Amino acid sequence: MLGFFVRRIMVMIPTLLAISAITFVIIQLPPGDYLTTLVTELESRGEAIDQSRLQFLRETYGLDKPMIEQYFVWLGGMLTGDYGYSFEYNRPVADVVGDRMLLTIVVSFATIIFIWVVSFPIGIYSATHQYSLGDYGLTFLGFLGLATPNFLLALVLLYFANVMFGTSIGGLMDPVYMDAPWSWGKMVSVLEHLWIPVIVIGTSGTAGMIRRLRANLLDELHKQYVVTARAKGLSPARVLWKYPLRMAINPFISDIGNLLPQIVSGAAVVSIVLSLPTTGPMLLDALRSQDMYLAGSFLMFLALLTVVGVFLSDVALAMLDPRIRLEGGANR
Amino acid sequence: MTDLLNVRDLHVEFRVAEGVIRAVRGISFRVRPGSTVALVGESGSGKSVVAQAIMGILPRPARITKGEILFSDPEFPKTIDIAKLDPESGKMRSIRGGNISIIFQEPMTSLSPLHTVGNQVGEAVMLHRDVDSAQARELTVDMLRLVGFPDPKRAVDTYPFELSGGLRQRAMIAMALICRPSLLVADEPTTALDVTIQAQILKLLADLQGELGMAVLMITHDLGVVANVAEEVVVMYRGEVMEAGEMRDIFAEPRHPYLKALLRAVPRFHMHPGERLVPIREIKSAGGKMLDATSEPWPAGADAAGPLLSVGNITKRFETRKSGWFSRKPAGGGVLAVDDVSFEIRRGECLGLVGESGCGKTTLSKILMRALTPDTGSILFNDRGSTVDVLGLEGDKLIKFRRNLQFIFQDPFSSLNPRMTVYDIVAEPLIIHDIGDAEHRRALVKELMNLVGLDVRHLKRYPHSFSGGQRQRIGIARALALRPDLLICDEPVSALDVSIQAQILNLLKDLKDKLGLTYLFISHNLAVVDYIADRIMVMCRGRIVEIAPRAALFRNPVHPYTRALLTAVPDPDPNARLDLALLREGRASDPGAWAPPFTIDGDNHPGMIDLGNGHLVRAKAHPALLELAS
Repeated sequence: MLGFFVRRIMVMIPTLLAISAITFVIIQLPPGDYLTTLVTELESRGEAIDQSRLQFLRETYGLDKPMIEQYFVWLGGMLTGDYGYSFEYNRPVADVVGDRMLLTIVVSFATIIFIWVVSFPIGIYSATHQYSLGDYGLTFLGFLGLATPNFLLALVLLYFANVMFGTSIGGLMDPVYMDAPWSWGKMVSVLEHLWIPVIVIGTSGTAGMIRRLRANLLDELHKQYVVTARAKGLSPARVLWKYPLRMAINPFISDIGNLLPQIVSGAAVVSIVLSLPTTGPMLLDALRSQDMYLAGSFLMFLALLTVVGVFLSDVALAMLDPRIRLEGGANR
Repeated sequence: MTDLLNVRDLHVEFRVAEGVIRAVRGISFRVRPGSTVALVGESGSGKSVVAQAIMGILPRPARITKGEILFSDPEFPKTIDIAKLDPESGKMRSIRGGNISIIFQEPMTSLSPLHTVGNQVGEAVMLHRDVDSAQARELTVDMLRLVGFPDPKRAVDTYPFELSGGLRQRAMIAMALICRPSLLVADEPTTALDVTIQAQILKLLADLQGELGMAVLMITHDLGVVANVAEEVVVMYRGEVMEAGEMRDIFAEPRHPYLKALLRAVPRFHMHPGERLVPIREIKSAGGKMLDATSEPWPAGADAAGPLLSVGNITKRFETRKSGWFSRKPAGGGVLAVDDVSFEIRRGECLGLVGESGCGKTTLSKILMRALTPDTGSILFNDRGSTVDVLGLEGDKLIKFRRNLQFIFQDPFSSLNPRMTVYDIVAEPLIIHDIGDAEHRRALVKELMNLVGLDVRHLKRYPHSFSGGQRQRIGIARALALRPDLLICDEPVSALDVSIQAQILNLLKDLKDKLGLTYLFISHNLAVVDYIADRIMVMCRGRIVEIAPRAALFRNPVHPYTRALLTAVPDPDPNARLDLALLREGRASDPGAWAPPFTIDGDNHPGMIDLGNGHLVRAKAHPALLELAS
């Protein structure tokens, strides 16, 4: 078991390195850099550019150096906790991102928990009551959730939240608390606002998860070992909980790795509609203006989330499923 | 003495979308305490439905519409009618697993892979008896010891997938018996097991039955098993009882035509030379002229170039995949699937290959087909007088060679593409090898259908509308389409019912005579091989241990493994019951445990010794061997 973890962690290192290289290349792929974008923008407004200032910026950020060198400087910085400097905001990336990263993580985890809590009982009900009225109804709702565009749902929910609960439109907290230090009131305000993005972002994931759990459980329910358990005299509920559900739960867990990046990146559009202070909108801006260090940090953050998410789900799977734990290793 | 179980006029119906299926129609029988009753029938006869009805675990669409299942356990003050009980009621749940237990056919799937053996076995006793988990664990260890686990203390904490098929079935038996039920329903308990393991499990059941004093309702299609364990027999056909009575009377004097026909369809040892099995419905094979015309005749003297196929010292090792970049690979690891195998197949003969699951027979056949490449060795094929090095063939030559060698698969369900019509399936090899024009192909496919006794009007149908035996015939027609010289039949009848099995075996025999084919017939069933093969080779752990002409092998088996195999086959004859006491516990297929001069281990690697008359055995030279052979 320990060897499994160590191996898994060791594999993560080359994975992240490879991702960082690809990320950097992709950021550099569009012609020019932040400064050329800046120059065009200023020229289009008819403003003059101070050539010496440009030269100074270019040298400070090493934009005149070869790409390989830039990459290693960036990589070295990342490893020592220096994420570089955002041109757009004129502040270090770490400062710019700060709170947004935290709020992104809060929204993501709240969404995953929402997906699980909702899809788990519904999936079980649908599978055990296959082709019943309830199954059809829930299936219909699920497809509705899959088919409704996120941003539309976001707008509808925003409207109702404002009309019925008086929640302020947009954002993750009341405008009063923007830029204020963390306090109890701010926390409550965040929680008040959190449920809308969580529902909006989680709907399609929940619908998908219900379908998967239902299909998996239906497969397992007809397996021989379930009949064995029934033949032992166990009650139907106990049979369900102990045997087929344990088997059907694997995709639930292995989906953590898939859900995390999907939620973080898929949430960008929703975040813009809801004007959430999460990372999504900022990433979009950074990519547009070729703010390379900011964009790079974001992409690496996404990659890290994915890799860690997959690792966590692997660990959980190994703990739950002895076949994964024991079969891969030594041959008896 | 009252009957333990008395089933009276039981009717079970399945209500499905297509209508009502009456699976069981008025079954009556009884089981006395401590006795063994066999419920015999082919697939679809409704025998498993009876078992499910007794256990109260019928699938959802099934209903007991009429009849009684009276159960009189000495534990209960009065008789209970299971048919009247709600299957999920507390009363029924306490009977299920507590007083009546069941074991199933598939030991691989009937245990949950996620829970330890101890957990699953102990669960039953904690449910039905008033014990805490420590006591349950102790009882579990005792029970595992009773069913023959070599190290029960360790076995408690193992997972089912870490055990062999035989041990899993033992764990299943332990689970069923831990509450000491008065009735055990055994639903095809040994069908998925190898013969030596089957014999061990039958012995175990007999021993436990004596020790625990329980009754056994044995559900099986294997008349050999019935003859060996049962006291009373109930023969079922299409949901009805055809015949019932004492086992010896039934075998000595079968009255019902169905049972008579069934007994005639089972291949037995010591059949007279030239005696044919009598299938319940014989198939007529017709035609074959066109097919014959598609192949060149063998020129005179071509056989001088050697046997049709000669295989020399084939070895194949499978590397086991290790889990990641950072673990070390032990030197010489992997599984030796085929080890130093040499044999030859003469033109026009049928060579039988016998061995238990995992012995390497299928790997060997795949190597012959060039689907796998061996590590070392040679395969030479005599193609009408010119010798072909099969392993050296590449590209067009290999494709052309494939016409000489075709394959019949074990599973008639998965070996036919469900989205192709029968015509497309049978014509596909002709199209691949670009034989004839469309018209010629159509005529040839029709002839092939006649040849395997299928109706040419069914050519446009899809495989799902055919039964298992008919599908297997489609597979045979496809294999014959290229008019091969050599057919490899990999367990072609093991997935079929006895009556269909006889049909297919007779068909294969007739085709061989008619078309002058050569067979390599692979099977785990010795009686089947005995019926069809001219020479037989026995394989164990990747090695050929004995090759002999059919009569010599059965009259005078020399190798201990061959002997173990022969003693373990249950014969459908109550007067030739297995001597269960003679069975060696699980050691028969361990090369290290064979007595010298047969031992194979780290120091001993014996080669094949010729005992004369084509009888070869793998052993060290030893004077006693020649005595054994004579």
